[in-house]
Amino acid sequence: MITTNNGLDLTKVKPYGDTMNDGMMQFSFTLPVPCCDESKEAAKQLLIKMGIDEPQVVDAKDLGVGYTMFTMYGKCSHTIDYTTIEVPKVDSDVMDIHGVEDFIEANFKRDIVIVGACSGTDAHTVGIDAIMNMKGFDGHYGLERYKGIKAYNLGAQVPNEELVANAIELNADAIIISQIVTQKDVHIANMTELIELLESEGIRDKMIVCAGGPRISYELAKELGYDAGFGSGSFAEHVASFIVQELVNRGM
Amino acid sequence: MTSKLNLDFSVVEKARNSARVIAEDTQTFIERHTTVTVERTIVRLLGVDGIDDIERPLPNVVVDNIKKGGGLAEGAAFWMGNAMVATGKTAQEIALAISAGEIDLTKLPVQDESKIKAVIEEEAEKMVALISGNRAQRDDYLSTIGEGPKPYLYVIVATGNIYEDVLQAQAAARQGADIIAVIRTTAQSLLDYVPFGATTEGFGGTYATQENFRIMRTALDEVGSEVGRYIRLCNYCSGLCMPEIAAMGAIERLDVMLNDALYGILFRDINMQRTLVDQYFSRVINGFAGIIINTGEDNYLTTSDAIEEAHTVLASQLINEQFALLAGLPEEQMGLGHAFEMNPETEDGFLLELSQAQMAREIFPNAPLKYMPPTKFKTGDIFKGHVQDTLFNAVSIMTGQGLQLLGMLTEAIHTPLLQDRALSIENAKYVFKNLRHLGDEIEFKSGGIIQSRAQGVLKEAADMLEEIENTGIMATIEQGKFAGVTRKMDGGKGLDGVTQKGDRYFNPFIPMMLGGAK
Repeated sequence: MITTNNGLDLTKVKPYGDTMNDGMMQFSFTLPVPCCDESKEAAKQLLIKMGIDEPQVVDAKDLGVGYTMFTMYGKCSHTIDYTTIEVPKVDSDVMDIHGVEDFIEANFKRDIVIVGACSGTDAHTVGIDAIMNMKGFDGHYGLERYKGIKAYNLGAQVPNEELVANAIELNADAIIISQIVTQKDVHIANMTELIELLESEGIRDKMIVCAGGPRISYELAKELGYDAGFGSGSFAEHVASFIVQELVNRGM
Repeated sequence: MTSKLNLDFSVVEKARNSARVIAEDTQTFIERHTTVTVERTIVRLLGVDGIDDIERPLPNVVVDNIKKGGGLAEGAAFWMGNAMVATGKTAQEIALAISAGEIDLTKLPVQDESKIKAVIEEEAEKMVALISGNRAQRDDYLSTIGEGPKPYLYVIVATGNIYEDVLQAQAAARQGADIIAVIRTTAQSLLDYVPFGATTEGFGGTYATQENFRIMRTALDEVGSEVGRYIRLCNYCSGLCMPEIAAMGAIERLDVMLNDALYGILFRDINMQRTLVDQYFSRVINGFAGIIINTGEDNYLTTSDAIEEAHTVLASQLINEQFALLAGLPEEQMGLGHAFEMNPETEDGFLLELSQAQMAREIFPNAPLKYMPPTKFKTGDIFKGHVQDTLFNAVSIMTGQGLQLLGMLTEAIHTPLLQDRALSIENAKYVFKNLRHLGDEIEFKSGGIIQSRAQGVLKEAADMLEEIENTGIMATIEQGKFAGVTRKMDGGKGLDGVTQKGDRYFNPFIPMMLGGAK
């Protein structure tokens, strides 16, 4: 941490532009009114209501339907007490692929079976592929590559019933699902349905169940009855590390 | 044309020949079979539209009745024609009577075959004339109000509500877009029917219905006249209802359709026999209607690595080209797909992208190539995302791409906001204008990175096609050679809708549309 400064109070943190506590923030948004002096004034008043001092419209342009896009700067008047922040998160060590493989060898006499899918109506497999496929993503190998893990990627648009049936048949240790489309909260209903199905089959406690996706947070996943949630920036090793350690913690 | 990449065109010719053999082999299978959606398409083209009192589309009611009676092998044209001769009713009246339980198509006495054909051909000619009229109207718009220069700026709208889509689409047209694609709601590709009417509820997109097509067509014609550019409308001719959506698009004057021969098999787990049969009729219709098809090779690179798997894109483009030619679709309507999807951390990645885009240009000189933006390595860092899109636009204008699906800085975050689309159009217009003739001014170093890359990819694609030529396309897909996805001959969705044609089968639209109206 930079210690040369001057004026940083962790109980009263505010945005930084180029001077400590200047509160500088940038904004871009659209108002559904034409581009004119009145709409610029409206945009400024909106920022003032948001607690932004000295709002400036640095760019405003008409988007073709009498709506205006604004780019603005202003100084935030609010502060946050950083010392009291608590965020629930995955409570396990992150091991690399070799660490996970060694951990499995040391703790299990069998392969760990992980069944994954892009479940419900979601057709976007980029997330589940990044975690599961041999190749992985951005230099992080996927679960298929892990010694000691049997990974089954069921692909896109897998109904929850089919996913659960597969998990039972394969005697899965864990189910992982990816949810990319979150428009109108379609993922919430789908994620909830999976948990309800597992409960009605009486197998919820027999498996680790995780969800991932760019809009999925650990907190959201926990709230919906999952063991963990993995947001953007998560790779196979994050998911694998959590699953294998959680299996040991639960004596599964 | 002189090749900037110093490509060996004898290798291109060899690869193309392999693709031709592959497509022709498959075509014999295709021509022996029909599917429920092919038959529903015929029913639609005979003028049947609407739903029954439990909201089943009437084309489904008709074909389900035929299937239940064990008559699918004879086809809908035969049974509808038979009923029209027997009852004197119109196709629509017959469909309504079936839904009311008053007519059972396969139980009617079989009429004289020449009369059946005559009555069907008379109906079919009306629809074919309507579609020709739409094509003529498009040509008229293009010659009177004109169009934007290539690459066409192609943006998507995806609100789920057709009326909200209209607002977004008209805004995009005023900002400079040339093509508006209405993304379909996420589950539609797996529905074995096409929903009916105007819709306002969808997830990640809007239902493709004939009424929604009509609403958007009207809106784009309106804004096109205002801005002085014909605005093309695009939708998705894929999934379990490929040819039906092609028919609806031809009737409502759509201009561009996503329409890949293999995509449904690989990425939607639709049975391969079903998709191969369906794609043929859908392309016959698209070809006749003057619709530019877009193929889906870009998807290979979102699942597989864009550097390692580049040759599979070229191989698939060549196969798609041959399937399209067999369906009478000219090169000028083949929006063969590829994408700018390399990891942005790749050193000289821009050179490799440039090389592959130029390669596609040289191998398919007459095709309006569809170039897809970076998506896989978009992170939510909108500032970097905007720069990635800028490089993508630079490659496109330097290599003469046809349809530029604009990247969004907010890719990986949400479906585009009004302002995202505006920024993206602004980016493309700036790059295209400033770099308009850069491609004409530069040559690539002999034996350099760019030339070598393209030559290598071409060779790999030719080798792959030779292998497929020996094993056949179906076995190749079973072995997981495309996008690393394995699909079985009898697996996937929709197989129960495939059947062998019987002796009395006929589809009047194939001879009328194949190679017609040129």
